[in-house]
Amino acid sequence: MIASPPQLQRHTAPDGAWAVLQGRWGAADFGDRAHWARVQAQLKAAPAAADLGWNLQGVEWLDHVGAQLLWQHWQGRWPARLQATAGQKAMLQRVERFAVTAVPRTAPHPVREAVESLGCMVIQGREHLLAMVQLIGQLVLDVLRLLRAPLRGPWRDVSGHLYNMGAMALPITALVGFLIGVVLAYLMSLQLRQFGAEAFIVNILGISLIRELGPLLGAILVAGRTGSAITAQIGVMRVTEELDAMQVMGIPQGFRLVMPRALALAVAMPLIALWTTLAALAGGMMAADMTMGISAAFFMQSLPEAVEVGNLWLAMGKSVVFGVFIALIGCHWGLRVEPNTQSLGQGTTASVVSAITMVIVVDAIFAILFRNVGF
Amino acid sequence: MAEQSLSTAAAATTASPPWARGERVVHIDKLWSIFGEGDSAFAVHQDLDLDIYRGEMLSIVGGSGTGKTVLLRQILGLLHPGKGSVQVLGHPAAEMGGEGAASRVGMLFQQGALYSAFNVLDNVAFPLRELGTLPRELVDAAALVKLQMVGLKPEHATRMPADLSGGMIKRVALARALIMDPPLLLLDEPTAGLDPNGSDEFCALLRELHAELDLTVVMVTHDLDTLFALSSRVAVLAEKKVLVTGTPQDVAAYPHPFIEHFFQGERGRRAMAPAPSGSAPEGGK
Repeated sequence: MIASPPQLQRHTAPDGAWAVLQGRWGAADFGDRAHWARVQAQLKAAPAAADLGWNLQGVEWLDHVGAQLLWQHWQGRWPARLQATAGQKAMLQRVERFAVTAVPRTAPHPVREAVESLGCMVIQGREHLLAMVQLIGQLVLDVLRLLRAPLRGPWRDVSGHLYNMGAMALPITALVGFLIGVVLAYLMSLQLRQFGAEAFIVNILGISLIRELGPLLGAILVAGRTGSAITAQIGVMRVTEELDAMQVMGIPQGFRLVMPRALALAVAMPLIALWTTLAALAGGMMAADMTMGISAAFFMQSLPEAVEVGNLWLAMGKSVVFGVFIALIGCHWGLRVEPNTQSLGQGTTASVVSAITMVIVVDAIFAILFRNVGF
Repeated sequence: MAEQSLSTAAAATTASPPWARGERVVHIDKLWSIFGEGDSAFAVHQDLDLDIYRGEMLSIVGGSGTGKTVLLRQILGLLHPGKGSVQVLGHPAAEMGGEGAASRVGMLFQQGALYSAFNVLDNVAFPLRELGTLPRELVDAAALVKLQMVGLKPEHATRMPADLSGGMIKRVALARALIMDPPLLLLDEPTAGLDPNGSDEFCALLRELHAELDLTVVMVTHDLDTLFALSSRVAVLAEKKVLVTGTPQDVAAYPHPFIEHFFQGERGRRAMAPAPSGSAPEGGK
């Protein structure tokens, strides 16, 4: 749009000094930084004084923001001499009528606020813990119900989730696992070579990847990928009242929403962990071959001797727990989303953060409980 | 506010219909709105022509699926014409977005589309704040003026959208649509979801603002009461084009199955009836 910029000029006429306004005095025109700076300077040069008249008749376009600007410049008083069209006067009168002295704002009290937020955190933490326990209990009941009547279970949901959470996660977990394997083997080869202990790369990689890193990496990736998806899915269902509709129709949310996801991840997570471990071992094997000349054949031959099979069972076992927790935490935050956009974002973030934290805590618990397994 | 100049002034006058008091604000020429691609493509509008003139209150009516909202979105530039052109204030609608768009077209979305993270004042002031130049006091004061113009109180300014009733959400959204005084205001089902009382009040408010701010209003509505209360002209969408335009009474008399159904049904007769008299209508209980 071709716009003539807002202008203010002082003219001296026989009947005294006049401030003459021209151009477009609208919000969009003030949005231009150069125009706004000029208008401010020109207004400053024409302070509201009793002997200064204001002529708005040459203004091409005046909107409420422009009128507000003039009204504030006049310090909330009509100038003694004003020439304006009827429309402009009506607009200025509207601004005068609706002038509010101050925006009602409540000043926060810093100390009280800090104490309050601490209290809120404690109470909320307790609520989350309770809700989590309830969710676990409900899951147990739902699984029992499924065992009583297995044919009436939501198997289509389970298979859909298995595909989305499991099969679709294979490429990314393989890539990350492979690269971690390469990095670990490469860094360790530098250290081991100093002691002439190159052959132990198999033991180090085998134990660390199979027992710890494979399951942990897989779980963290799945927590980021699937945990957030679960929260977003269920959260949007809350926003669009689909959850309420489900409740009204008497369809149990735990049985239809939470259990299929938990079951799917309980099955998919150990498989993903195994897959990630294999990819990481392949990466490590390749790097060991390239940096230390340890052949793949030797690597595979000595792996079963270096790593007891108990490590693998331990890894699978804890992956099942990871999977169930990721699904439950995702559902927990999803069910608590409030019907607005901000809450959805917060819920998703909280879901991923708490799922990853939970994975690491569970991993630590397993490490302590099963310290005698696999050595 | 008569000093506002629009660049389409000249072209409109030739063969102007009686309602064409002013210049054309919206000029839709042989518009095709096409959805889908290849074999599954289908046209919602075919060779649709419509002119909207300054100062009028035009209602767009039509059955479900006739592309009323699609037409609004075409005017807003949210959709692009498959063929033909949509000109708004002398520019292609596609160029309406971008900087300063709020000073050209205001849109009241059906659900309000308020930002749930902002309070009422910040929602209304959002387009002004985004300019990045205006000082806070000026922006707040301008937003408060608009809030009060739509019938809200300054105390409402610090509330969050989640704490508002449906009618208040509509009012806040209207204040936001008008914050930069656009000449053209689009309304999508302005009274949907309001109770009869609230919808009457909202109609009165719209009529008041239309007169006070010299607005051109285009609305999509299913509500016959709103239609008769507000519109100076009605455009009926059917058979993928604008079937007929005219005053509500003229359009209601047009012989077409949809129009007969729409206006001559029970609701239509009730809305068109003159002021209710004391005597019971035919077939009363």
